[in-house]
Amino acid sequence: MKEITGYERKNGNFGIRNHVLVLPTVSCVNGVINRISREVPEAVCLTHAHGCGRGGPRDLQILFRLLCGLMHNPNVGGVVLIGLGCEVSNTKNLFPLIKEAGKPIEIFNVQEDGGSLQTAKKGAAAARRISSNIRNQPRVPFSWDKLLVSMECGGSDAMSGVTANVAMGALSDWLVEKGATVIFGENTEMIGTTHVLARRAKNEQAARQIEQMINRAEKLTQDVMGNLASLVISPGNMDGGMSTIAEKSMGCIFKGGTTTINQVVDYGEIPTAKGLILQDGPGYDGDSMAGLAASGSQLMFFSTGRGTPAGFPALPVIKVASNTRIYEAMKDDMDVNAGSLVEGRSLPELRTEMINLMIQVINGEKTKAEANVMDVFTLMTVNPPF
Amino acid sequence: MADNILIIHPRDNVGVALKILAAGEKAMAKGIEELTALEEIPASHKIALRDISAGEEIIKYGEVVAVCTRYIKKGQWVHTHNLESKRWRK
Repeated sequence: MKEITGYERKNGNFGIRNHVLVLPTVSCVNGVINRISREVPEAVCLTHAHGCGRGGPRDLQILFRLLCGLMHNPNVGGVVLIGLGCEVSNTKNLFPLIKEAGKPIEIFNVQEDGGSLQTAKKGAAAARRISSNIRNQPRVPFSWDKLLVSMECGGSDAMSGVTANVAMGALSDWLVEKGATVIFGENTEMIGTTHVLARRAKNEQAARQIEQMINRAEKLTQDVMGNLASLVISPGNMDGGMSTIAEKSMGCIFKGGTTTINQVVDYGEIPTAKGLILQDGPGYDGDSMAGLAASGSQLMFFSTGRGTPAGFPALPVIKVASNTRIYEAMKDDMDVNAGSLVEGRSLPELRTEMINLMIQVINGEKTKAEANVMDVFTLMTVNPPF
Repeated sequence: MADNILIIHPRDNVGVALKILAAGEKAMAKGIEELTALEEIPASHKIALRDISAGEEIIKYGEVVAVCTRYIKKGQWVHTHNLESKRWRK
């Protein structure tokens, strides 16, 4: 087996990419980020819709954790953080949480750095400076226990739980066996599987957390959707052969494989255990991916049957098509055809292909979503803005 | 001949049709003996791998996904007409 290589960080983590991340604290300065993006195309420049106007403790916790988690992500080699000055998540509040990240971080504020144009100029210069400093950092071999792989599914079809998620589950088991960590979230898609997941928990505490998480997801679904909650298993699902919510959810959670659940983490929280981890995150793909990336995942597998091109910034996302039709129809977006299982390919053969591709991607080969820059960045909020 | 059903877990009592199976068609997967579809099984739907009595659990992914409500013969289609959910009955 080929070794895996990455960029060593001062805190002992390894990135499989070496990106400069340019991030706003608040949506008010998104325009500054866009200017930097045009000037420094090699930087990963993100905009978002948050930073103020959501004052509740849960939303603030999520916002701070997500922004800090992205800056801490091992694939990020350096950060340019652009603030405004009067926002809740201002750079003074964020700085103590990121100063130990073990990577260059440069901070500017529009209200103190001469307005938007001057701040964009300074930010672009900083992004170029960091980029040239980290450009020649060599890749070095690292061990599997430093790898955190996330498993996501979205735009699912009836075959997702039969082909793609089964293949990803087999891969998850292989990764855990190698000492790596595997994480998946999407709590709405765990409804009906409490009995399965709680039994697989490492200890009583994790089992209770799983029960609480799924009960909350179920209650939220019923509170928000009312009589429509039963649509969580839709007539379309049933036409596809899924007879119960438990069966549908099993098809989702199977992507995490069959090993012991060693820890349950909150949305965007960085796990402290190895092996299989559950994240208490939402089912919506964009929000879910952001939580998994903030948890420190360097690489993601993403199964889809209807076909979504979505990737995530700074994180290679390997798209696994559940059927040959969508693999062919969206060839530029799909990396793996798990539909080949229907055409006589064996699961071990498919898993071997996925392992080989994964190692190539870890070592620098771009995934389709990465090469196409199909970046999606959204994050979960609990309450509406005010 | 290539497999036309998938058995996800060794404990499962249902297989998944990888393509539409006609009534009378032989169902094939590694490790199973004689199995014939007794009725049409739509693609991605379940086929009983053995006789399942009312009250028995339907096992897929190695886990309980439903409870059988009426006797299902080996080779029959397994869906909402002969099982029920343990929760959110509809």
